[in-house]
Amino acid sequence: MDSRITQFDELAGADGRTRAPYRKLSQWLAETPPELLASRREQAELLFRRIGITFAVYGAQEATERLIPFDILPRILSRSEWTTLEKGLIQRVTALNAFLADIYGAGEILRAGIVPADIVYRNPAYCPDMAGRRVPFDIYVHIAGVDIVRTDDQGFFVLEDNARTPSGVSYMLENREVMMRLFPELFALHRVAPIENYPDELLATLRSVAPQRANGDPTIVLMTPGQYNSAFYEHSFLADKLGVELVEGRDLFVRDDVVYMRTTEGPRRVDVIYRRIDDDFLDPLCFRPDSALGVAGLMGAYQSGNVTLANAVGAGAADDKAMYTYMPDIIKFYLGEAPLLQNVPTFRCRETEALTYVLDHLDELVVKEVNGSGGYGMLVGPHATRAQIEEFRAKLKAHPQNFIAQPTLALSTCPIAMASGVAPRHVDLRPFVLQGANGARVVPGGLTRVAMTEKSLVVNSSQGGGTKDTWVIDDAWSAEEAMGQA
Amino acid sequence: MRIRIRHETTYRYAEPPRTAVQHLRLTPRSHDGQHVVDWRIDVDRDCRLVQSEDAFGNTLHRFSVDGPLESISTVVEGEVTTFDMAGVVSGAVERFPPVLFMRDTPLTTPSAAICDFASETTSKESGTLSKLHALLGAIHESLTFDAAATHSGTTAAECFEHRKGVCQDFSHLFIACARGIGAPARYVSGYFLSSDAEDQVAGHAWAEAYVEDLGWVAFDPTHGVAPQENHVRVAIALDYLGAAPIRGAHSGGGGETLEVKVRVAPAAAFSQSQSQSQ
Repeated sequence: MDSRITQFDELAGADGRTRAPYRKLSQWLAETPPELLASRREQAELLFRRIGITFAVYGAQEATERLIPFDILPRILSRSEWTTLEKGLIQRVTALNAFLADIYGAGEILRAGIVPADIVYRNPAYCPDMAGRRVPFDIYVHIAGVDIVRTDDQGFFVLEDNARTPSGVSYMLENREVMMRLFPELFALHRVAPIENYPDELLATLRSVAPQRANGDPTIVLMTPGQYNSAFYEHSFLADKLGVELVEGRDLFVRDDVVYMRTTEGPRRVDVIYRRIDDDFLDPLCFRPDSALGVAGLMGAYQSGNVTLANAVGAGAADDKAMYTYMPDIIKFYLGEAPLLQNVPTFRCRETEALTYVLDHLDELVVKEVNGSGGYGMLVGPHATRAQIEEFRAKLKAHPQNFIAQPTLALSTCPIAMASGVAPRHVDLRPFVLQGANGARVVPGGLTRVAMTEKSLVVNSSQGGGTKDTWVIDDAWSAEEAMGQA
Repeated sequence: MRIRIRHETTYRYAEPPRTAVQHLRLTPRSHDGQHVVDWRIDVDRDCRLVQSEDAFGNTLHRFSVDGPLESISTVVEGEVTTFDMAGVVSGAVERFPPVLFMRDTPLTTPSAAICDFASETTSKESGTLSKLHALLGAIHESLTFDAAATHSGTTAAECFEHRKGVCQDFSHLFIACARGIGAPARYVSGYFLSSDAEDQVAGHAWAEAYVEDLGWVAFDPTHGVAPQENHVRVAIALDYLGAAPIRGAHSGGGGETLEVKVRVAPAAAFSQSQSQSQ
């Protein structure tokens, strides 16, 4: 955890000997002329421009939409690494779900004193309208995007749980598609686990939580805030892959607690809404009255059990950065198991002792706003200017309860291919966990985000980060290796 | 005291909407300080009125109607017997621990000026109850009642800047101050029996704050008093939005105008004046 330790490169390993999952890629890289890499980079750029993946950046002066940088070298995990990760992710999301069912139900974890009640009830993401109500199949978190980092060969750390409307899965799918076109020879060298079934798995998950009356043939829609949303591309991409209608609030209406979609053939009853719109905007009669993006009466239909929303309203109460610090206890409380994935040690600035320490070590720590996301409202101490540090010192003193702080992790690096050659850059990983009445699962992969600037630790696309294809490969190499040694 | 209430709300549309949905929080519940003798609710449209309880245990009626709608009129009428509890609210439905009511909302987030006002006002007082009474008096003194100065979306911070507003603004400011000094506080919508006027243009609003050992205590900053027998409590929430008597939306149409008629009178006098008017 010490920021001074040597950073771990996923290709080179700690000792500089190429790690097994990267052996073939490393060899291929050694044999490949730089011109070929350069031309593949150009092709990738062209492909992405043609597909039209863009990302709107809030507050950017110039073009509001731009291409997210894509790196052509895959990030590789071995099957055994993945198995560990997968178990840990499912454990984590199962616990998140149990926690939500509890805080909107009996509140046992609060009575047991494991999680302080005020953190739950004062959290703006805790939705009073959901208290005392059950959601279909008790599932709150249908889709989670859990941000994972590693600092060495051993374990994985969870950086953040995203249980609201996590985005990025379209990049996971598009990156794979582009890679298969660009590097058929690399796919021939590796047995890469498929991820193309993600839309099918997502659809099965959504179908599994439909109200009973849908009789196994539910009408599912994907609800977007509209084309000005930063993730609109993903919304339309996913609706297309799922084969469901992409709707905005104005395409839906509620009559007697039933949701209908306006179609050319008249109103059609809607059973499941995969909503990519925040709680606050869902229903102007319950939440923000000025929201033109939602559907008046939607909450009434939801609470009557006539429509399922994924993720459930109020699911954000579990992925708050303050709640994060309690996740190991939450896992133990509901599952009676030790957490398989570690939490990054975190200082809760609401606690006086922790605050004192944080204020004394601002230049070493990462400070995050409890309710912030997307890398906004965050201080990376070692890379911050004096002015930035002082700004955060003032904020921390004024509202300590709004912040947590973590040691600067020596995030692992992966090679990226740049014009100037191949060089290591920091990465994280967001796998997508699905949870339905039919169980929980994760497609083998995820979105690897990479900080394109040297030494930068901020991988968020809103902050100039890029993405990579993520491969889970069968451990055939280990068999070969064993044979080689025999 | 026996209080009779009639509250009529009419929305009229210059261009009739295709459909409309409304949420009504217009039905009081009984608790130690009030007993609902009778109460009825009527919507002048053919619709299914669904009754449920909202997050805070308020009685909620929902309906949706198809148009074209030139108007929608909702009438509630009934009788409530009130008892003087010196402002203490007990026996009411409580679905959350008081700490939930420490949450700031967009309408009640205290500005720096409000925080200063709250701490200056209460600095000489010891004990939550006396601090709250100091706030009650100070807000009543420093704000001018002015129906033209604010609207339903005015925040506590905006109201404090201009020192003007209606009962909703007085209450939001009280809530912001109370939370600012560490006391959970909430919004109450209801009715007020005034000695001046039976006929009123709106319902009333006040606040409740939580005091250890006493529980929830009501404060009416508009009148500068702790409610006794003249207040009929209908709904509570974090702020106006959660307790609003009517929240509605319509699709299509436009040019909405709103007319509200409220009559609050001692039960005996009420039936008399009504029979005279018929």
